[in-house]
Amino acid sequence: MTISNLNLVGTLPLLFLSAWACGLLLVDLWIPGDRKHMTGWMALSGFAITFFWVSSNLGQREEAFGGMLAIDGFSNLLHLVFLGSGILATLLALNYLKQHDIERGEFYPLMLFSVVGMMIMSMAKDLIVVFLALEMLSIPLYVLVGFARTRADSEESALKYFLLGAFSSAFQVYGIALIYGATQATGFAAIGDAVAISGASPLLLAGIGLMLVGLAFKVSAVPLHMWTPDVYQGAPSVVTGFMSVGAKAAGFAAIVRIFFSAFHSLAADWAPVIVLFAVLSTVIGNVAAISQTSIKRMLAFSSIAHAGYVFVAIVPGGYGALSDFAASAVIFYLAAYGLTNIGAWSVVIAVDHADGMGSDISNYAGLARRSPGLAAAMTLFMLSLTGLPPTMGFVAKFYVFRAALAAGYTWLVVVGVVTVLISAYYYLRVIVVMWMNSGDGQVVTPRALNFTVGVTAAATLVLGLLPGPLMAIVESSVRGLF
Amino acid sequence: MIPTTYYLALSAILFSIGVIGVLVRRNAIVIFMSIELMLNSANLAFVAFAREFGTLDGQLMVFFVMTVAAAEVAVGLALIVAIFRSKASIDVDAVNLLKG
Amino acid sequence: MLEILPLILVFPLAGMLLNAVFSRWMDETWIAIFACGASGTAFVIAILQAIALSGNHFHVETVLIADWITIGNLHLPWQMRVDTLSLTMMMLVTGVGTLIHIYAVGYMRGDPRFARFFIYLNLFITMMLVLVAADNYLMLFVGWEGVGLCSYLLIGFWYDKGDNGVGNARAGRKAFVVNRVGDMGFLIAMFLMFGAVGSLNFDDVLYFFEHNGVEVAGLATVVTLLLLVGAVGKSAQIPLFVWLPDAMAGPTPVSALIHAATMVTAGIYIIARSAPIFALAPVSQTTVALVGASTAFMAGTIAVTQWDIKRVLAYSTISQLGFMVAAVGLGGYVAGMFHLITHAFFKALLFLAAGSVIHGVEHGGHHTHDHCDAQDMRNMGGLRHRMRITFWVYLVGAVSLAGVFPFSGFWSKDEILADAWNVGVVQGHWHGVAVYVLLVLAAILTAFYMTRQIVMVFFGEPRSSAAEQAIENPPVMTTPLIVLAVLSVVGGALNLPGWHTLGHWLEHTHHFFHGLDFNLGVALGSTVFALLSIWIGTLVYYRRPLENATAPDQLEGVLGPVFRFLYCKWHVDELYSKTIMALYEWKARFLAFQVDWYFWHDFVHEQLIASAFRGVTVVLSGPVDKGVINPFFDGMAQLVRTFATRVLRPLQTGYVRNYALGVMLGVIIVLGMIFVNEGM
Repeated sequence: MTISNLNLVGTLPLLFLSAWACGLLLVDLWIPGDRKHMTGWMALSGFAITFFWVSSNLGQREEAFGGMLAIDGFSNLLHLVFLGSGILATLLALNYLKQHDIERGEFYPLMLFSVVGMMIMSMAKDLIVVFLALEMLSIPLYVLVGFARTRADSEESALKYFLLGAFSSAFQVYGIALIYGATQATGFAAIGDAVAISGASPLLLAGIGLMLVGLAFKVSAVPLHMWTPDVYQGAPSVVTGFMSVGAKAAGFAAIVRIFFSAFHSLAADWAPVIVLFAVLSTVIGNVAAISQTSIKRMLAFSSIAHAGYVFVAIVPGGYGALSDFAASAVIFYLAAYGLTNIGAWSVVIAVDHADGMGSDISNYAGLARRSPGLAAAMTLFMLSLTGLPPTMGFVAKFYVFRAALAAGYTWLVVVGVVTVLISAYYYLRVIVVMWMNSGDGQVVTPRALNFTVGVTAAATLVLGLLPGPLMAIVESSVRGLF
Repeated sequence: MIPTTYYLALSAILFSIGVIGVLVRRNAIVIFMSIELMLNSANLAFVAFAREFGTLDGQLMVFFVMTVAAAEVAVGLALIVAIFRSKASIDVDAVNLLKG
Repeated sequence: MLEILPLILVFPLAGMLLNAVFSRWMDETWIAIFACGASGTAFVIAILQAIALSGNHFHVETVLIADWITIGNLHLPWQMRVDTLSLTMMMLVTGVGTLIHIYAVGYMRGDPRFARFFIYLNLFITMMLVLVAADNYLMLFVGWEGVGLCSYLLIGFWYDKGDNGVGNARAGRKAFVVNRVGDMGFLIAMFLMFGAVGSLNFDDVLYFFEHNGVEVAGLATVVTLLLLVGAVGKSAQIPLFVWLPDAMAGPTPVSALIHAATMVTAGIYIIARSAPIFALAPVSQTTVALVGASTAFMAGTIAVTQWDIKRVLAYSTISQLGFMVAAVGLGGYVAGMFHLITHAFFKALLFLAAGSVIHGVEHGGHHTHDHCDAQDMRNMGGLRHRMRITFWVYLVGAVSLAGVFPFSGFWSKDEILADAWNVGVVQGHWHGVAVYVLLVLAAILTAFYMTRQIVMVFFGEPRSSAAEQAIENPPVMTTPLIVLAVLSVVGGALNLPGWHTLGHWLEHTHHFFHGLDFNLGVALGSTVFALLSIWIGTLVYYRRPLENATAPDQLEGVLGPVFRFLYCKWHVDELYSKTIMALYEWKARFLAFQVDWYFWHDFVHEQLIASAFRGVTVVLSGPVDKGVINPFFDGMAQLVRTFATRVLRPLQTGYVRNYALGVMLGVIIVLGMIFVNEGM
C-alpha cells in the first residue's frame, strides 16, 4: 500500500469528523459542568459540516486505504442518513439530558464516534474493516445506552446490550475467521473472485452464516431480536431514537455490501436465510407489538418489523441485474424509516417525563387536545410507519415490494402486505388514543424538539408526496455499484 | 508441522466452551470471560490460517481483535461495576426489570 | 433593463411574505417599512421600465417567466408584457399604491391586525400588477381574481364590526358574489376566444380579430358583450354597481386604493386592452357607452342624497367610472385612460382626506366621549378651522372632481365630453348625443354634490361635540395627501391640448389610441355648468346651513319623495332582492325541498335504493356476515392477539441468558438453513 492509494483526500469528511470527535473530548474538559450544552452545539456543528460536505459530492466513486474503503454513492447516501440521525438526536439531546439530569459532556463525542463507526461500516470493502467499524459504532452505543447511570433500567439495558452484542460479535469474528480460512482473503473483491472459482465449501458457508448472525443481531432481525425491546425501553430515549436508525442502517449497509459483492454468486445459499429473516421479523415483530402497552416497547417491536421489510428488499439483490434496484430500495427505505422513526421518538421524548412515567400508550390520551401540532405529527409518523399514503413510509414500502416482485417473490410480498395490515392495528391505536380519548398530562416541548418534529414531519410528508427527485438521486448514485 | 486442522479443532472446542459458558453461567464477569474466550478462539483460527497461507492478513486481524477486546473490557467492566454499585450483585439473573 | 420586469412582482410578494412570516417578531415600524418599501421599490422598477421602453423606441416587449399550462394546443405561459398601456397602469398602481401605503401607516396605527392589513395590501399590489402586466387573458384573469380576493379580504377586514357584528363581513361577501357574475362573463369570453383563436395571448387574439375583420364581427360582438359583463362587475357599472357602496365598510385606505384608484379601473383596462375587438362590434360599443353614461348619471343622483361621507365618494366613484366606460365605449380610449389617471389622483386624495376627517372626528369623539357616527356628515361641520391641511387638500380634490379649470379633472372630463360631442353632434350618431346629455347632467350633479359635501363637512358650525374636538392628523397621513393634491392640480398636464403627451404615449400600444382636438365650445359649456352648479350648491347649503345633526336635508323639503327615492339608491338593492334573489331563493327552495328532499331523498333514496339495499344487507349481515365472515375475522384477530400475549410476551423473559439462548437459536437456524439448503 502506497501513500497514493491511501486516498486521504477522499476520506476527508470521515477524518474530519473523527478529528472533531477527538478534539471535542479535549475541549469538553474546559467547559464548565453547567454549560455542557455547548459541547452539544459543537458536536452539532461537526455533524452539520460533515453533512453538507458529504452531500456536496454524492456521486463520487473512489476507493481509499488500498481498496479497503469505498467512497461511492451508496456510502455517501447512507452517511447522510447517519449524520442526519446524529444531527436530530443531538438536537433532542440538548434538552433531554438536562431535563433528565444526566447532562455530561462525553455524551456528544460518544455520539460522534458512533457515527464515525457507522460511516466506516457503510464504506467497508474488507471484512477487517467491517469488524472494526461494527465495534466502533457499538462500543460508544453500549456506553450511551447506560448513560442514565443512576436509573436501574438504563443500567440493565446497557448490560444486556453489551453482553449480547459482544456475544454476537464473537460469532461474527469467528465467521470472518472461517471465511478467511476458506478464501484466503478478507477483501470483498478477492473473496468474490475466490468464491467464483472454488464455489461453496462447508467452511465458507459456516463462516457466512456466523457472520450474518453478527450483522443480523445489529439490525435486530428475528430470532436475534430479543434484546431490542428491553434496550429500547431502558436506554435514554434520545439514544434509542439514534441507535434504532443509525445502528440498523449501518448493519444493513454492511449486509448489502458483503452479500451483493463478495457473495453474489452464492445467492442461492444466503437468499433463503434472508427470506427467513424477512418473514420472521415482519410477522413476529408486528404481532408482538400488538400486545405492548409501553410505546417504547411497541416502537422496538415495530423497528424489528421494519428490519424485516428491509430484508424483503435485500432478497432480490442476489438476482444479477436487480441488485442496484434492491440497493436503492434499501437506501430509500432506511431513509424513510430513519426520518419517521426519529420523529416518532421525538414525540415520545416530549410526552415522556423525567420520572419515567408517560411512556405508556394510555398517556397519549387527549394529546390532540393538549398539543395538536404534536399529535398531528405523531399521526403522520404512525401513518408513515404503517406505510399509508401520502407519507414517505408508503413510498418506501412500495419500492421494497416492487423490488421483491421483480425478483418473483410474490408470496413474500403477500406476507409483507398481510403484516402491514396487522401493524395497522397497533399504529392506528396510538392515533385513536391521541384523538379520541380524553386525558391530561404535560408535554415538554422545547424549541429544538419542535424543530426536530417539524423537520421530520415535513420531510415525511413532502417526500411522500414528491418522492421522485430523491429516488432519482438514490438510483443514480447506486447505479452500477453492485 | 502440526496440521492446521488440529488448530482449528482446538479453536472450535474453545469457541464451544465459550458459548456454553455464556449460556450457563450467571456471573456477569464469567459470562464476559466466556465471550473473551470465543474471541480468542477466533484469533487462534486466524493465526492458524495465516500460518497455512503464509499471508499476513490473519495475523493483522488478530491485533485488531485484541485491541477491540480490550476496548470492550474497558466498557464492559465499567458497566458491571456500575451495576454492582447499585445492586450489590453481578448476577445477571438479578437484572430483570425490563421484560415482556 | 426590461428583463428586470418580473422583479416588479417579486418585491410586493416578498414584502407580503416577509410580513406574513416575521410580523410576529416585528413592531409596527418595521412592518410598515417592509410594506411601503416593497411597494415603493415596485414603483421605482416601473419608472425604470418606462425609461427603458422609451429608450427602446416603445417597442412592445414580453418577458417570459415560466411555462404554466401546456395541454394539447393550449399553451399558456406566465408572460409579462411591457407596452405603454400596461406601463401606465403599473406606474399608477405602484405610485398611488405607495402613497396610500404610507398614509395607511398612520391610519392603521394601533390596530390589532396592523400586520395583516399590510400583508393584504402588498398581496393586492402584486395581484394588480399581475393583472396589468399579463400578456394573455388567463394570466390577466389570475390577477383579476387575485384583486377580487384582496378586495373581499379588505372589505371584511374589520369583520367583527358593522351591523349586528356581521355587516362588514356581509359587505365583503356581497362584493365577492356580485363580482362572480361579472367573472362568469369574462370566463365565457375567454372560452370563446380560445375556441376561435386557439390561444389566449393578446397578440394572437387581437391579430386574429384584426386580420379576419368583418368575417368575425358576430363573434366579436358576443365576446365584447361578455367582456363588458366582466367589466361591469369589476368597475361597478349598471346593473352590478351595488357592491361598491357597501365596500366602504373596509378601512379608508382600502377604499382609496382598491375601490377608487386601481382595482375598479380594471374593467376600463380590459376594454382598452381589447380595443381592436370592440372596433369590430359597434353594437357592443354603443352598449358600453350607454351603460357608462347611464351609470354616471344614476350614481350622480344618488350621491346627492347620501349622508355618509364615504358613500358620497363611493357613488361619485361609480359615476366617474361611468365616465370612463362611456369614453372607451365611444372609442375615446385616450380620454378614458386620461380620466382613469386623473381620477386615481383626485379620488384617492378625496378618500384619504375623508379618512383623515373620519380619523379626526373619531379622535374628537374619544376625547369627549361622544360616540356619534364619525362618517355621518350631519355630525360634522366647521372642520376647516380644526383640520386645515385636510380642508385644503379636500377642496383641491373636490374642485378637480367637479371639473373646474385648470385642475386635472377639468382636462380629462372635458376630453370625454368632447369625444361624446364628436360622436353625437359631429358624426351624428344618436347614442353620442344621449351619452353627451347624460354625462353633462352627471357633471352638473358632480359639482353639486361635491359642493354639498364640502359645505356640510367644513363650513358652518360643528354639529357634534366630536366635531368640535376634532384634530389634524400626523404628517405620515397628511404628506401623502399633499403629494396627491399636487398631482390633482397638475395631473392635467399629462395630456394638455396641443401636446397630447398621453395620447402619443399610448399610441405606441395601439393605433386605436389617439387623442382628440380641444373643443373650446364643449370646454366652455362644461365649465359654465360646473360653476353654475357650484353656485346653486352654495345657495342651497351655505346660505342655510343644517340646523343640527338630526335636521333633514335642505333639498328634501323641495324634492320630497324624489329625494327619498334617490336616498334609497333607486331601490336597486330592494329590486334585486325582490326579483333575482327571491327567484333564486324560490328556485333553491324548490330544488332543496321538492326535488332533493321529497323526490331524491324520500322517494328515490329512501324508497327505492335504501329499501332494496336494506333487503340485501339484511341477508348479508345476518346469515352471511354475522354467521360466517365476522366470526372468522374476529377469531383471527383474537388468535393473533392471544398469540402475542400468551406466547410472544412470555418469551421476552428479561433474562440475559435466555436472550443469549435466542442468539444461539438464531445461529443454529441460520447454519441449519444454509446447510440443509446446500444439502438438497
